[in-house]
Amino acid sequence: MTASTVIEPKKRSETLYFALRNNKLRIGVLVLLFFIVLTFVGPMFTDYEPYQFVSSGAQPPSSEFWFGTTTLGHDVYTQFVLGLSSTFIVGIIGGGLGTLIGIVVGFTAGYRGGVVDELLNILTNIVLVIPALAVLLLIAAYLEVRGIIAESLFIGCLAWPWTARAIRAQTFSLRNRDFVDLARLSGMKARKIIFSEIAPNMMSYLLLAFILQFGGAILTAATLDFIGLGPTEGISLGLMMNNAVLWGALLLKVWWWFVPPGLAITAIVGALYITNVGLDEVFNPKLREM
Amino acid sequence: MKRYFGRKLLVYILTFVLAVTIDWMIPRFMPGDPISILISRFGPRQGGYEALQGYFTSAFGLDVPIWQQYLNFWRALFQGDLGISIYVFPTPVIDVIMRAIPYDIALLLPAILLSWLAGNNFGAIAARSKRLDDTILPLGYILTATPYMWLAILLGWFFGIVLGIFPIAGAFDQSIPAPSFSWLFISSFLVHWFLPFISLFLVQFGGWAIGMRNMIIYELEADYSHYLEALGAPTRLVRRYAFNNAVLPQITGLALQLGVVVAGALVTEVVFSYPGIGYLILQAIQNQDYFLLQGCFLFIIFGVLLANFLIDVAYVLVDPRTRMGMQGEVG
Amino acid sequence: MGLQVENLTVYYQTLRGSVQALEDATFSIADGEIMGLAGESGCGKSTLSNSLVRLVPPLKLIRGRVILDDQELPVADVERMNAYRFRQLSVVPQYAMNAMNPTRKIGRMTSELLRSKRVDYRAALPEIKRRLDLVKLPQEVLKMYPIELSGGMKQRMVMVLSTLLNPSLLIADEITSALDVSTQKAVAEMLVEFRNREFVKSIIVITHDISILYQIADSIMIMYAGQLAEKASTETIIHSPEHPYTKMLIASLPEVGVRYADTRLTGIPGKPPLLLDPPVGCRFRHRCPVAFEKCVEAPPFLEIAKDHFVACWEVFRKYA
Ligand SMILES: Nc1ncnc2c1ncn2[C@@H]1O[C@H](COP(=O)(O)OP(=O)(O)OP(=O)(O)O)[C@@H](O)[C@H]1O
Ligand code: SF4
Ligand SMILES: [Mg+2]
Repeated sequence: MTASTVIEPKKRSETLYFALRNNKLRIGVLVLLFFIVLTFVGPMFTDYEPYQFVSSGAQPPSSEFWFGTTTLGHDVYTQFVLGLSSTFIVGIIGGGLGTLIGIVVGFTAGYRGGVVDELLNILTNIVLVIPALAVLLLIAAYLEVRGIIAESLFIGCLAWPWTARAIRAQTFSLRNRDFVDLARLSGMKARKIIFSEIAPNMMSYLLLAFILQFGGAILTAATLDFIGLGPTEGISLGLMMNNAVLWGALLLKVWWWFVPPGLAITAIVGALYITNVGLDEVFNPKLREM
Repeated sequence: MKRYFGRKLLVYILTFVLAVTIDWMIPRFMPGDPISILISRFGPRQGGYEALQGYFTSAFGLDVPIWQQYLNFWRALFQGDLGISIYVFPTPVIDVIMRAIPYDIALLLPAILLSWLAGNNFGAIAARSKRLDDTILPLGYILTATPYMWLAILLGWFFGIVLGIFPIAGAFDQSIPAPSFSWLFISSFLVHWFLPFISLFLVQFGGWAIGMRNMIIYELEADYSHYLEALGAPTRLVRRYAFNNAVLPQITGLALQLGVVVAGALVTEVVFSYPGIGYLILQAIQNQDYFLLQGCFLFIIFGVLLANFLIDVAYVLVDPRTRMGMQGEVG
Repeated sequence: MGLQVENLTVYYQTLRGSVQALEDATFSIADGEIMGLAGESGCGKSTLSNSLVRLVPPLKLIRGRVILDDQELPVADVERMNAYRFRQLSVVPQYAMNAMNPTRKIGRMTSELLRSKRVDYRAALPEIKRRLDLVKLPQEVLKMYPIELSGGMKQRMVMVLSTLLNPSLLIADEITSALDVSTQKAVAEMLVEFRNREFVKSIIVITHDISILYQIADSIMIMYAGQLAEKASTETIIHSPEHPYTKMLIASLPEVGVRYADTRLTGIPGKPPLLLDPPVGCRFRHRCPVAFEKCVEAPPFLEIAKDHFVACWEVFRKYA
């Protein structure tokens, strides 16, 4: 009675306390916030369409064209801020779907065990060894029209095995803990224990899984777009790099064309990874000393 | 151990069957009748219809029942018949791919192995000192977060164009008629090889360094490490044991990373017009050469499965627990 | 000779403050003595053991000295302590099941460990084999990986390994808790055998299980919330304890020594204090039935009869 009521709020404020003074978390979240804000606010500062001819080609950054123009005479800034939103859409939908399938498969396997586990395990291992990008290439190449949502969904469908394995292991270990016995001994409260001990424990885990899936989906989409199999409509950071390479940005030294999209992806994905590590340290007291 | 390999092989065989099935199914069941597009692509070419006829009757045979078509596809596959390329018409797809494979091996094998070795060693060093950790760790995270093609573009732009010290297209100088064991060819090959290699190397390096650093720290907290320390074993021994055990999950990680690395190699080849499978895929897509694309797909799957299997064998050699057939599941 | 501990005080330094896990421990162990160390979970038994063997952060030495075989141990100096570990001072850890490197054959691990201590494995091999025989392990274990051994076998192997250099003091922390009752007994008796054969001079046996101590210990020391409560011969502790805590503890046990029941020290009402902010004075005083004003001062650990030490004002009053 007293122990749990006294410790609970303390625990939560302690997590918050560590969260606020964790440098990795602070840097990661700050970078992410910066790009999220840019995604929403950025488009307000441009009057152009991504493929609108705005000036003679390959203008270096100037007060008029903040990020310069491409060799095709498109405004890089416009493409960049609009490409950012594609990146976040893929991250959220692709990463979300990957996490969701991973949770369902992993939890079912870990909870049911036995034959179900065995079969799901084989399925997981199969999808795990298949190089996702190869499958995506094949599918995308045969699609005449490709949308960003479809792209995200395909990515999510191939990205779940990592999460499934982690969730399965976690479920196993939680299931095998004595909390069931404990609950039986202390009267009932099994549900209370599930919600007060297991669920929060799992939640932090799921958040970490989602962050990794988010970053993974962004990288996969960028790769696909770069090969020229991204969405047929619209713009994305991967497509910007693809165009830059195809239209001779390297030879013509139009660095302002290919530096921003890659830099943004690196910064976002890197920030996600660092946030992940920071959160891990916050949730997992053992790592805090480091 | 038998059980261990049995399970692995089962997964690999199933994966391969699944991949072939996907390869067979996609052109048949995609919206928009891709097959007729496929055929029409050959129409205007000299001798196109004749060249296709053989493959179509064996592998496609659209007039027989669907299951028969499926079996025929497998039969053609086992005879090494993947169709005719449009991009390099009328060369059989298998020949086009075979010509590209050596370049992939030359690029991927050193990049994977060296980055793995270097990453593991740097990671182990990072785990040793706070100062190094503070530099290697952020660098590692930045590198793993970098899209392969972007690093390739940056390196190509900087070293190839700005400094002009490395070529940024092809696998050897155009003036050399064909690969040979001459000094001229080898030196030309190496300078063309370097940039794609180093960009593949660097991105992976970051991941391995982080992985190793985390694993070592984990192993140093393991009971056996604490026992050694309690018995006053020198730090050197404790670290050596931790390293030896931390390498094991890194080997498993190598298998798991293969798909990502292959994807990275594809785009790196695209950036540097390096004539491996990745470059072929780009050409296949731009020329709507679907046979070539499908052939490349199968080869990538096959290569990844083969590499996985080799890694499994290596794992069994280094982890006694798998040999005991008791635990130590990988992959 | 033997072990002398004087005013040993170690705290865990945490972000929330110091966990005062061991406060002014002063006691000694004679050569040949097997001392049991008992007390409720969290009372600081492992902390005491760690501060002798491996005092590393977050554990911090506040004050005190440790003298083994007339030599002061540099307990706070991790590096310098290495010279004493294994040779003079050794442990059989709580986690003996996982104490051996899983990917090294046991013999190879032993030889690498010995070599790091400049002991020749070849030369030591006959003795190793004799000791393996003694604990009824086949000599083939040296060619096996830890995973091929059962839990009990691993436990015995670690005992042989830890005592290979004939240390003066061996600390065995909870080595029986993971074993079934009959194995527990065998392992406990092995400790006595090791002492009798002078593989080790003295032993500290840490356990919750007083019945084990009744079987093998010459003396028992009771701890409470980071403080020493009482130390005396096993007979005295079991049959005529003086400290109020020891009395309650012993009274809560079902017929000690008669049955090897899973007797845990939990049958006392109330909870031990949190060591982050422990009460000043005697830390038992909130649960003590005979506490009085004096108890707000920490009682010293005094010898009230020969080899019978107690830290309790009430007892001092009685004996005064
Ligand atoms: N790493 C740590 N950081 C902070 N406090 C710790 C740490 N380890 C132990 N403690 C605290 O120190 C006190 C003593 O712990 P110790 O492990 O010595 O108990 P113990 O008597 O060995 O218990 P058990 O019988 O359960 O093994 C406990 O209150 C515990 O909460
Ligand atoms: S010192 Fe006082 S509180 Fe402590 S045990 Fe003795 S009587 Fe009880
Ligand atoms: Mg303990």
